[in-house]
Parts: sequence; structure tokens; C-alpha cells
Amino acid sequence: MACAPSSTPSGIHLPDSARELVKILVAGPFGVGKTTLIDSVSEIRPLHTEEHLTEASATVDDLAGVREKSTTTVAIDFGRISLPGGIVLYLFGTPGQERFRSLWDDIAYGALGALVLVDSRRIDASFDVLGLVEESGLPYAVAFNAFPDAPRHYTEEQLRTALDLDAGTPMVTCDARERDSSIDALLALVQHLIDRHPPERR
Amino acid sequence: MTGRPGGRPLVPAYLSTGGVARPSRDRLERLSVLTGTGEAPPADLPAAQLALLDELADGSLTVVEAAALLRLPVSAVRVLAAGLVDRNLVLARAPIPPAEGFDPDLLKRVADGLRALKHP
Repeated sequence: MACAPSSTPSGIHLPDSARELVKILVAGPFGVGKTTLIDSVSEIRPLHTEEHLTEASATVDDLAGVREKSTTTVAIDFGRISLPGGIVLYLFGTPGQERFRSLWDDIAYGALGALVLVDSRRIDASFDVLGLVEESGLPYAVAFNAFPDAPRHYTEEQLRTALDLDAGTPMVTCDARERDSSIDALLALVQHLIDRHPPERR
Repeated sequence: MTGRPGGRPLVPAYLSTGGVARPSRDRLERLSVLTGTGEAPPADLPAAQLALLDELADGSLTVVEAAALLRLPVSAVRVLAAGLVDRNLVLARAPIPPAEGFDPDLLKRVADGLRALKHP
């Protein structure tokens, strides 16, 4: 049912109609445009949480070590889109370095899938992210963020080979600054998720 | 809103939970929805729990939104929220009705909703 919200949610409190909350990870290395993409589609100004990174083995639920000087923090940006029918879609900008693994697992818990943003000027910066996504078993699509000076001479086949992508993994180009373009990239992922779930006998 | 422009977090993360490192309840997810029950808070409620309760006065928030507003790590808000749920001051609800999972219909509705957002 495509009922418009009776009133625009003031500030960041959830609309009363919110019923199903789902999330998609927008993953990629620093500077690839994760926050730009989230900002272009989010109904709220993107927020962020400061996440503490302790040593690799620490679980995220454990605050032990927060006091230690060696603790570093990373800001995780997120945004939100209210869709008709009480669905609220959250987008979490997730850095993909190996050292963020425990945080990654926590954020990825229950996610529908991941949109992996790649900068074609530095493809190798995305290898870690793709490794994490694949290990986590999260279905994903790849979106090349179209930076103005990005090389255009690569063929899709070359890019696919460079990233070692399955033939079935969607690969699109987007301009993360443009709302419609960002939505198209998200749609490529969601369509991929739908296609993975063949209609079940009910 | 916090009503505290700029500045440092209200409470340092390691003090906010009174030294408690793990939530007292089953896992609260980043997108678990927190709603105040409207019960009057007891006078001895710790300041950080009161601050979280205040954020819920105007409506529901997810754990991660509350963390962003309070400028606390998600792990700390999980502990605070669990304490408030224990005291019946807050209700916590899972992001998706449990039976639902990732049914293809949900995905289809997400796709339809996204398409509807695009400019014609």
C-alpha cells in the first residue's frame, strides 16, 4: 500500500508506521564515496556512530579495553529511507579493511546484502572489502563510482576479471552524488537478491 | 535531540554503563527499535540511562540512532537499553517480525519502494 506518511517524521525519530527495518551495507575503502551515496538517498542527514576497535579478537559487545590507549575509533555513517508499507531501509557505510572484521560482522548481522563501491582508479583498494563480503556470505553487487577522471578504457570483462567476480554478480556504474543513480545501484543489488530467491511454492 | 551543541560526549563510554561491559538481555541489534513505556523513571536512575530515556521521549529510535545522538558506542547503548528494558522503562522490538525472515515478498517491496523514489 503506497500511503504517504501522514506527516514528515520530525528529526530522526522513527515514523509510527515503521514496521520492518532492513539494512544494506554500502561497503568500500575510505574515500570511495560511501557517505556521498548514503547522503544522496537518505531522508535524514547521515548520522554516525564512533565505534571502538580493540584488538582483532575482541567482540564488539565487550567494552573491556575501551579504556586502553591502544583503542582506535572509526566512524560508521548511516542513513535511512522510509519506503511505502512501513519498510525502513537503513544504509550503513562500512569500511572494509581486515582490521575491522569484528565490527563488520556486527554490522552485517541480519543485512539483506552489500553494495560494494569500487573506485576504478584504484581497484586494488577494494580487494579487502570483497574478501570480507565473500567470507561473510553476504550477497552483493558491485558499483563503480564514476569519478570524473576514472579510466574509461577498461571493458566490463577486464574489470570483472580484475575483481575476480562471479559471472552472476551484478556490476554497475553509478554517480554516488546523484540520487537516482544511487537508487539504481541499490536496485541492482535488490534485484540480484530477488533473483537469488526463486519463487517458493506456498 | 541532545540539546548540547558541539562539545564532548555526554558521558565517556567507559563510564556510561557504570562499568558494566555486557548487556543483561538477549542481543539487541543495531536496528532493534526502542520505545519508551511512559513509566516515570525512578529517582536513582543513572544519568546515562536517563539521557537515553530522554531521547525516546519524542518517539522511537533504533539502537544505532540513539548511539549517534548520545555519541556513545553502540555497545554502550546496548548495555544502557537493556538496563532500561529490565526496569520496564523501555520496550525493545526486533527489526523484522521474527517469522518473516527474508521472504522474497519483502525484497520485492523494497525494490518497488526504491523505484517509486526515483524522479520520473
